[in-house]
Amino acid sequence: MTAGTVTPYRPGQQTGRDGFAQLLRAEWTKFRTVRGWVIGLLVAVLVMLGLGLFGAVGSSSSCQSTSGGPARSGQGCAASAPPVGPGGEAVSDSFYFVRQPLVGNGSITVRVTSLTGLIPSGNGAGTGTQPGLVPWAKAGIIIKASTQPGSAYAAMMVTADHGVRMQDDFTGDTAAQPGAVTAADPRWLRLTRSGDTITGYDSADGTQWTQVGSVALAGLPPTTQAGLFAASPAYQDISQGLGGGESGIIAPSQDTAVFDHVSQSGIWPAGRWTGDYIGADYGSGIGGYHQAGGRFAVTGSGDIAPVVPGQAGGEDLTATTFLVGTFAGLIALIVVAAMFITAEYRRGLIRTTLTASPRRGRVLAAKAIVIGSVAFVAGLVAAAAAVIFGTQLARGRVYVFPVSGLTELRMVAGTAALIAVVAVLALAVGTMLRRSAAAVTVVIVLIVLPYLLGVVSVLPAGAADWVLRITPAAAFAVQQAVPQYPQVTALYSPGGSGGGYFPLAPWAGFAVLCGWAAVAVAVALVLLRRRDA
Amino acid sequence: MRLPVPASTAPALHAEWTKTRTIASTGWLLLAAIALTVAVGTAAAADTNCPAGLVCQVDPAKVSLTGIDLGQAVVAMVAVLAISNEYSTGMIRITLSAMPRRTVVLAAKAAVLSGLALAAGTIAVLASVLAGRLILSGHGFTPVHGYELLSLGHSPVLRAAAGSVLYLALIALLSLGVATAVRDSAVAIGIVLGLLYLFPIVANVVGNAHWHRHLEQIGPMTAGLAIQATTGLTSLPISPWAGLGVLGAWAAAALLAGGLVLRLRDA
Repeated sequence: MTAGTVTPYRPGQQTGRDGFAQLLRAEWTKFRTVRGWVIGLLVAVLVMLGLGLFGAVGSSSSCQSTSGGPARSGQGCAASAPPVGPGGEAVSDSFYFVRQPLVGNGSITVRVTSLTGLIPSGNGAGTGTQPGLVPWAKAGIIIKASTQPGSAYAAMMVTADHGVRMQDDFTGDTAAQPGAVTAADPRWLRLTRSGDTITGYDSADGTQWTQVGSVALAGLPPTTQAGLFAASPAYQDISQGLGGGESGIIAPSQDTAVFDHVSQSGIWPAGRWTGDYIGADYGSGIGGYHQAGGRFAVTGSGDIAPVVPGQAGGEDLTATTFLVGTFAGLIALIVVAAMFITAEYRRGLIRTTLTASPRRGRVLAAKAIVIGSVAFVAGLVAAAAAVIFGTQLARGRVYVFPVSGLTELRMVAGTAALIAVVAVLALAVGTMLRRSAAAVTVVIVLIVLPYLLGVVSVLPAGAADWVLRITPAAAFAVQQAVPQYPQVTALYSPGGSGGGYFPLAPWAGFAVLCGWAAVAVAVALVLLRRRDA
Repeated sequence: MRLPVPASTAPALHAEWTKTRTIASTGWLLLAAIALTVAVGTAAAADTNCPAGLVCQVDPAKVSLTGIDLGQAVVAMVAVLAISNEYSTGMIRITLSAMPRRTVVLAAKAAVLSGLALAAGTIAVLASVLAGRLILSGHGFTPVHGYELLSLGHSPVLRAAAGSVLYLALIALLSLGVATAVRDSAVAIGIVLGLLYLFPIVANVVGNAHWHRHLEQIGPMTAGLAIQATTGLTSLPISPWAGLGVLGAWAAAALLAGGLVLRLRDA
């Protein structure tokens, strides 16, 4: 086109015909008038929803059948469901608590001189115990809203392998002095309440204090329970075999901490200490305390931390399960999106399209916007319906991990966005290859196969990790329901019973897919401009 | 004059062979199938270690043959294109005018495609097993750890290797059947890859052990690839040859559906 000096003929009533809106409208008309594509879209929505509901129903043995049988750890019906923390997440809140009510503001200070414990010996539960500590065995001081499991708290603690920590409301975790506690190298801990704010301090000598952190616990009641605690999470030795199988043991452990120099300020009306086991789950509940003069030995088990899927080895699932149909929906939409351009090449319509709108980049952009939006809407409808109905179906059959509304929104919108970007990727690959079978195969192999290899199949863990970082399948991280907590020991793997964890953060994984799509669109654009249609 | 024997399948076979052979993409795709199969198998083997002193739950034959997961997609594409290209170019009408017995056409296509899949599969599998043998023996999979060197003289390994070749041929037949039924290449390849890949993915999230097992027993890929197992045979969802039989049933059903549609519908 060398029409620099020629004014194109444009009758008045047709102004704007080559505008981008017209181009969008043309592509939308092409899409909606091909019956096969609309059917493909509906099929995508239906299989996505259907498989999601199948996942919800198929992932459970019903609650009623287990109620009469022997109690199993982590079994997921309402009666034995874990409590919910202030942030809405499932938590473990079981520990031994030596406590007194604290009215209003005040503080408690202690010195910890030892932390010892017992872990299972040999190859599993029932074969006795041996001295030892699990990495996150913890003991220290705590100010808690009530003795109700799941209630708000802030605590200063010594741990077995992670030094002094300040933790609050189950998810908060701040590191302080490193190193293990011994009689020669004791730790001083202090918690101070002022209104809703609790501040934690630590010290090596009881005179030089360092502020570790300060947290605001909204709605902390005037009277709190404060005192000494000890907790020791279950001992785990689990390895994941190739092919997704897991083997190993999970068994209770316990720890004992020795406190002295206990001093309090503020109003402590009870005047004497009470020992209680708070909560009880996963078969733990070992605990007690011994007071001699100003010296306390507190023994406990359990944990004060979030619970994550698969941790207890029981039957539980997350909303991710309801989105398993995404793969089927993706395949259907990849077919439609690839054909959206390859059909034009096959029928020769592309020449008409490019004659009507000679600026080829805009044609590709219009097609990408149309197919991306259509895929987004279809994905949004299917994902939202699958999560809503799947949750309803699964409740009462199996324990569904609670997730915040924001997380659920991210999972649903992220799934829709994933489908939209994959549709654009398929369109770009279709533009490059011009052959529908080749384009469909390439895109499915790029996104579904890596997921299969990384999550389900036989790849060793290291390779699976890389596959889920660099291939477009990284984007399935947007479907991760529960985050990995550094303060919770569990087998965080993408597959298996405790699955659903991805090596990349949700939007980082999505960005990887966007990178692939961007490169594909760029290459498609260059080829579309350079090649004859 | 060969007119007295128009019904013989030999000319049909010859015609299909010529058509398949002279499409440039067939050769390239089969080469790609071999290369991808060997590359993925080699990569998986290179990343698998059995450190001294540990019991590894690794099946060396299965790891070496991981590439089949990818190679099958390319084989499926070759098979789909063998029939859907005829529909998209209109060639099918010439084919059916020349050979009006449609079942014979389909049978000839099936024979040519399974021959090609067997040939490409043999090369890919032999190369994968060789690569696995060379790599895995350096990664701790030695007789000291209770692992025999990967060798076709070992009967489970021979079964895994020969079975994987047959697996690819059955995938080709399944794809041909689906593509004959739906005609459009994109839809056909989407259906085939969906059938293959969705069963293991859905089975993975289904927590109920009973359903999980059933899904793995009926999925064409999960059941068919049971043929690759050489260790832990008792924990397989389905025994190796029965699993390949399940895939055979899928392929037969697809071919039957394709054959019926081919006979009943106008081309």
